[in-house]
Amino acid sequence: MKLPIYMDNHATTPVDPRVFEAMKPYFMETFGNAASRNHSFGWQAEEAVEKSRKQIADLIGANPKEIVFTSGATESNNLALKGVAEMYAEKGNHIITAATEHKAVLDTCKRLEKRGIRVTYLPVQTNGLVDLQMLQDAITDKTILISVMYANNEIGVLQPIAEIGKLAKSKGVLLHTDATQAVGKVPVNVIKDNIDLASLSAHKMYGPKGVGALYVRRKSPRVQITAQMDGGGHERGMRSGTLNVPGIVGLGEACALCHAGMPEESKRLAYLRDKLRGKLEKELDEVYVNGTTEHRLPNNLNISFAYVEGESLLMGINDIAVSSGSACTSATLEPSYVLKALGAGDDLAHSSIRFGLGRFNTEEEVDYVAAKVIDVVKKLRELSPLYEMAKEGIDLAKVQWTAH
Amino acid sequence: MAYSNKVLDHYNNPRNVGSLDKNDPNVGTGMVGAPECGDVMKLQVKVNPETGVIEDAKFKTFGCGSAIASSSLATEWLHGKTVDQALEIKNTDIVNELSLPPVKIHCSVLAEDAIKAAINDYKKKSATKSEAVASSRV
Repeated sequence: MKLPIYMDNHATTPVDPRVFEAMKPYFMETFGNAASRNHSFGWQAEEAVEKSRKQIADLIGANPKEIVFTSGATESNNLALKGVAEMYAEKGNHIITAATEHKAVLDTCKRLEKRGIRVTYLPVQTNGLVDLQMLQDAITDKTILISVMYANNEIGVLQPIAEIGKLAKSKGVLLHTDATQAVGKVPVNVIKDNIDLASLSAHKMYGPKGVGALYVRRKSPRVQITAQMDGGGHERGMRSGTLNVPGIVGLGEACALCHAGMPEESKRLAYLRDKLRGKLEKELDEVYVNGTTEHRLPNNLNISFAYVEGESLLMGINDIAVSSGSACTSATLEPSYVLKALGAGDDLAHSSIRFGLGRFNTEEEVDYVAAKVIDVVKKLRELSPLYEMAKEGIDLAKVQWTAH
Repeated sequence: MAYSNKVLDHYNNPRNVGSLDKNDPNVGTGMVGAPECGDVMKLQVKVNPETGVIEDAKFKTFGCGSAIASSSLATEWLHGKTVDQALEIKNTDIVNELSLPPVKIHCSVLAEDAIKAAINDYKKKSATKSEAVASSRV
């Protein structure tokens, strides 16, 4: 076993060697511009791009013509929201999204608000899921788009996208889903789920960074978006810019690998994740899993160790790469807004750790991580005045703290 | 974030971890911070009432590594100081000693506040004690 151990696969994943092999020829040999129509360099590049388009489409149940290549999920989210808002401005000016969305959606919505779009940010339930009744009640005759993520990047919960899709369709509202964390991990099917637009990214599924795609439905309904970049009119006019052929080949290969291995791999990851959780819960008291365990990515464990601050825990497990919802680990010095949205209290957000298992994690690594975390949590609890008070039976919620 | 060696040392080998009897009249307890802010420090001093010298200091901290190091360092410095000398410890002394980056300055402020709270608690206790002694003489 090699240290440090990487267990932060929601942040990014390493490129699979098979993906890298597939990409290699497209840097120096088959380097053509896919838009060059009059020589073999261009044709070969185009052929590679079209193969990738099909591999992506196959993974999500789409038609290859419905795949628009982008630089990643942030761009896909921007293009979907801004593109729809602009294209459907005559139909309405209301968008519904959720409080736990990725910043690429939330901040895009904030930008749109400045342009006169009205945005409803739905709160989530304590299990992290959107309340369907609340969503239905939020829809007005001005609503043009619902944007709800497929799987959450922090807590891994899977939103009821199929139900949301059905509802959106019945109301004649478009559904966009940021499926970045879900695609390749759980079955995503744009037909079954009634999805109109979906964002995805290569580097979350063992592909390279800097490439992603936006699925844009072509039939029932035919979805149109206004391009957000001007240029050569690539990607059927929706996204100009010379295609990143090696990246696109990598994205396609990554999708094909995820597609082929998904049933087995998701079982393996769920087994490892559950083993990790079981060990932590057996050896430590007062640990809380954040978000529902029922509807969840197989590789995600987001867990709070009460009375222990997240950054100090990360310091103690410095040979393991994970992340924390603690304010001290964020640039803004605010604890995770996702955990806060669950209503668990800021103290549990400060105490949270996100484990993101991946294709290259082994059972031996999971055993090592569990033992190390248990050891450090015990040590930090010996140091924690809160743990001491809780053991004395003091209700911490009733203490008069001197907030600073 | 990269931690200074001194922060790492205090994190890995925290000095004077523990609790003193908060009901002891010679013990002053300071508890500052709040769980929802991500830092709570409990700092205690045991003072010799004859000499005013701090004979023991203990801490427990819920917080990041820099908060743990700041309070651990504070207890080290408190040993052997008089209560008045203790009040002279400034957060900037802690920042300098531990090479804390700007985002961690609040940890040193909290440690200074904890020292002050502990000393004030001791002073309040000894004042009521001497009042009690005075009134019993009447």
